[in-house]
Amino acid sequence: MRPENSFCSSNIREGEVRIPSGCAISAAISKSGKKFTGEGIINSMKPMHDRSNGLGGGFAAYGIYPDYKDYYAFHIFYDDNDCRFDCEKFLSRHFDIVRSEIIPTRKMPEITDCPLIWRYFVYPEHNRLVASQLSADEFTARCVTRINAELKGAYVFSSGKNMGAFKAVGFPEDVGMFYKLDEYEAYLWTAHGRYPTNTPGWWGGAHPFALLNYSIVHNGEISSYDANRRYIEMFGYKCTLQTDTEVITYIADYLLRKQGLTLEETASVIAAPFWTTIERKPPEEQEKLKFLRTVYSSLLVTGPFSIILGYEGGMMALNDRLKLRSMVIGEKDDMVYAASEEAAIRVMEPSLDKLYAPAGGEPVIVKVKEGAF
Amino acid sequence: MKKPENINAEGLEFSELNAIIRDKGDCVIENACGQRFIAAGMSYRDIKIHGTPGNALGAYLNGGTIEVFGNAQDAVGDTMNAGSIVIHGSIGDAAGYAMRGGEIYVKTDAGYRAGIHMKAYKDKVPVMVIGGRTGSFLGEYQAGGVIIVLGLTESERPIVGNFPCTGMHGGKLYLRSDCRDILFPKQVTAKSATKEDLEDIAKYVKKYCKLYHADYDALMSGDFTVVTPDSKNPYKQMYVQN
Repeated sequence: MRPENSFCSSNIREGEVRIPSGCAISAAISKSGKKFTGEGIINSMKPMHDRSNGLGGGFAAYGIYPDYKDYYAFHIFYDDNDCRFDCEKFLSRHFDIVRSEIIPTRKMPEITDCPLIWRYFVYPEHNRLVASQLSADEFTARCVTRINAELKGAYVFSSGKNMGAFKAVGFPEDVGMFYKLDEYEAYLWTAHGRYPTNTPGWWGGAHPFALLNYSIVHNGEISSYDANRRYIEMFGYKCTLQTDTEVITYIADYLLRKQGLTLEETASVIAAPFWTTIERKPPEEQEKLKFLRTVYSSLLVTGPFSIILGYEGGMMALNDRLKLRSMVIGEKDDMVYAASEEAAIRVMEPSLDKLYAPAGGEPVIVKVKEGAF
Repeated sequence: MKKPENINAEGLEFSELNAIIRDKGDCVIENACGQRFIAAGMSYRDIKIHGTPGNALGAYLNGGTIEVFGNAQDAVGDTMNAGSIVIHGSIGDAAGYAMRGGEIYVKTDAGYRAGIHMKAYKDKVPVMVIGGRTGSFLGEYQAGGVIIVLGLTESERPIVGNFPCTGMHGGKLYLRSDCRDILFPKQVTAKSATKEDLEDIAKYVKKYCKLYHADYDALMSGDFTVVTPDSKNPYKQMYVQN
């Protein structure tokens, strides 16, 4: 018997209540870019059912919109149609919309109190983009930030190209069926089951958190949230949900897209090694690690976390430097799996070539073969 | 002797599986997949598990034996008091957390924080033998008992990660390595194991070799480092005047 979901029928939003608590994450990626349905990743969440409490589940899928791969795919929650009309007015002023539709869902007793869920394939409107003197990515990111911060009742929860986040209040295996993810094909899937620690669990607060092509699923509770938030908001990001995962997504976008750091460097910022550990590295590496820790000291993420970052063409799994949350990696032929528990990986692939647990702060980076995504 | 009964764990929730186990004597569990708390608090049964048991396997175990033909996840033998857990594979984080009796044998590697806060009292001396390598914080806050790490798996990694024995104040920890590349905290003493030290662990290593078919003589001929807390009060005046 599953527990009654006592919060999903209320209108309490992020920041209005604190709930003490764990989470589950899982991912599967084909290094050759082979596409597969969401069925396996949905099933992988079942043995980890008790790591979630029904207050949020979600998935990110990469390579699902090949017919619209040059357009930003916006997935938006609306409170009601008035909110939708307002937002669509904003969208049509700033973007060329080549397709708009309701995201197909299954009616299920497990998923209730659904907002309106729409999808748009868009590209920045030519003259606006030229006048803004911004790149298309930056223009789009700023518009997403503006909608989420200023348009009441509208929330863009996915805004990348040829990828999408799907999330809801509910258990992850139900959320996957709700969004019919068994009918989508992707080369990379990530998944999350939520057990909210500080916030009530509204649809927007479920994971993944996504901005442009970056998405994060996260198990943990970071104690540096406010220090990270204050720093990242200096660069135009707005943390609208008061949940720690949102800030990690913006940190990833800032370091990777804006600062041009590599994934390894990003990992050395977020999960910087201790000074005593740095001291024992070779001189050249010491220098680099000291530089990263010094320049980006405000982006060090402390407290327990295991995260999976999805991006166009790959993923990175990372633990906090003390490894206060579990994570295991499995490999079989061209497939790589990551999950909070080995059981989740065994559901997707019973006979693995290799299984191991990365050390805290040691990123596991898996890239899809160039040209295959 | 009664033949052990088979239990197919496929699709069972942890509570359903554990309810079935409680109704049986000795049993063989097939297709375990992430079910938590298997045999938690159990006192006498002999349980064999195929598949991947979930977290907190054998927590509060008070006797009997658990044997896993595969890997185990996190928090195996949490606070166990007696009995034996044998893993024919690797083990996750926080294995033997606060265990105060019994034994855990792991064929290959252990995750972070193995043997954290292990303790001993009179005849209760817990033992953990890990055949491979371990993550960071091995034996953190160890207060008693014996931890042995043999380093038998092939890897670039050191036999133990960072910060081993942090806060250690009792017990003994053995590493089959000269530990030249390992940084220990100031409050412990790490030295080459003497003949007497090795005699103390002979029976445990013998059991490891019997369980996993390893060569005892070859194994014992390697360098061993033994770690113990500094014998005087190592944390004197750290928190209070004492």
